[in-house]
Amino acid sequence: MAKMLSVKDLNVSYGAINAIRGISFDVEEGEIVTLIGANGAGKTTTLHAISRLLKPKSGTIEFCGTPISNMDAYKIINLGLTQVPEGRRVFSNLTVQQNLELGAYTRKDGADAIAADYEKVFERLPRLKERRKQLAGTLSGGEQQMLAIGRSIMCTPKMILMDEPSMGLSPLLVQEIFDIIKDLNKSGTTILLVEQNAKKALEIANRAYVLETGLISMSGNASELANNPKVQAAYLGA
Amino acid sequence: MQFVSFLVNGISLGSIYAIIALGYTMVYGIARMLNFAHGDVIMIGSYLVFVLMGSLGMPPFVAVLGAMVGCTLLGITIERIAYKPLREAPSLAVLITAIGVSYLLQNVALLIWGSNPKSFTSVVKMDPIRLFDGQLVITGETLATIIISVIIMIALTLFVNRTKMGRAMLAVSEDKGAAQLMGINVNRTISLTFAIGSALAAIAGVLLCSTYPTLQPTTGAMPGIKAFVAAVFGGIGSIPGAMLGGVLLGVIESLSKAYISSQMADAIVFGVLVIVLLVKPKGILGKAVKEKV
Repeated sequence: MAKMLSVKDLNVSYGAINAIRGISFDVEEGEIVTLIGANGAGKTTTLHAISRLLKPKSGTIEFCGTPISNMDAYKIINLGLTQVPEGRRVFSNLTVQQNLELGAYTRKDGADAIAADYEKVFERLPRLKERRKQLAGTLSGGEQQMLAIGRSIMCTPKMILMDEPSMGLSPLLVQEIFDIIKDLNKSGTTILLVEQNAKKALEIANRAYVLETGLISMSGNASELANNPKVQAAYLGA
Repeated sequence: MQFVSFLVNGISLGSIYAIIALGYTMVYGIARMLNFAHGDVIMIGSYLVFVLMGSLGMPPFVAVLGAMVGCTLLGITIERIAYKPLREAPSLAVLITAIGVSYLLQNVALLIWGSNPKSFTSVVKMDPIRLFDGQLVITGETLATIIISVIIMIALTLFVNRTKMGRAMLAVSEDKGAAQLMGINVNRTISLTFAIGSALAAIAGVLLCSTYPTLQPTTGAMPGIKAFVAAVFGGIGSIPGAMLGGVLLGVIESLSKAYISSQMADAIVFGVLVIVLLVKPKGILGKAVKEKV
């Protein structure tokens, strides 16, 4: 399998604080890879560095062979890499439909193809269809998460970075969101998933990396890590 | 009938404030900064028309178009040189820079055109309208101002809500990071906002000087501050708010001048602002900003 995302010796700092201290990892095409770790371990920082919302201090990031660590943030989506950010960050003063339209902002393959994809999103996420004309800010947390995911797939990405998609959701909705992620992956989208809900994340992932205060402390097959006593003690509450 | 006349004049003056306030509010919404040089762009726009029409003898329409192009370039240049390098700086630094740019523009105008007021020739060639047997006279300038303002407001509302670029502006004003994840070029969107705001400033300047025909380097300062008040009044960052705030401010000013005291009019205008902000801190149409959790 081909390497889709490859991160080497990534360092990210906020002023004098080194949030990420030389991590390396990669994601292969078709995989779900999860990055687990405690609050403040640097999970979101890593994703922001990949999306260039943050400027890495050093290190290289390649997506499908293209170096992206010096690219402007808004250009990265053109390579087929997008992010569902932490806290959903839907445009709350715009309607569900308008949010999806912004998801397709960079597409140049014509209104018909885009319209067909709205229908696909609504098929996958039927709740959004009922709320099509509603302002995104009035949706429930779960619906906003679905909208954030729907918005991200409107750009027909090869890979999605997902930041805490289960945060603040009821157990039933968490299951629903994880089912959607699995489903997206089955239809060919590669996923890098950042989660505090390590149990759920390890269930659906192929491989996992454990991030601890800016360093990768463990990595391996998701099922093996789920059975690792250290991981169980620290992240699975066993 | 006198009341109607004061009211119409107020709406006309308020429309000018509204056009200027749109520039303030859009720039604030997108770049989160108060561009205090905005009033002086109006003044430069008026001088451009004065030169193009007066000295070079161009027809009014062409002169106004030229001023719009000039102000657009000026606005983009100011943003590129003075504000863009401060994108990550504390907002106070940007605010002070904006005040600096304001003084710079006033002094450049002083150098080029001197301190003597110029008498501005109205670009409006419309006869006054007489209604009710001549009891109510509406000048061509007043009528043109109102008509042009309505057209601008409708066009801008359509642009922001119906076009892809307008939608991108709304997205950037709400969340720059998320907008970039959608593939929106934030810097280009900010430039576009300055361009639109400055082109509107040129129009506002021309309308202002057509109604009040003295032009000097400080001409833009007071209307600039009043338009800023109008933008805050309506809810800074809100486009309909700027329109409503501008018109209301103009009407209050005009009626205060007519019925209370012409010297007190400005004090009353600012007093009303204080009261509105005490009752509704976000302005009339402002939305409460949600704190991020």
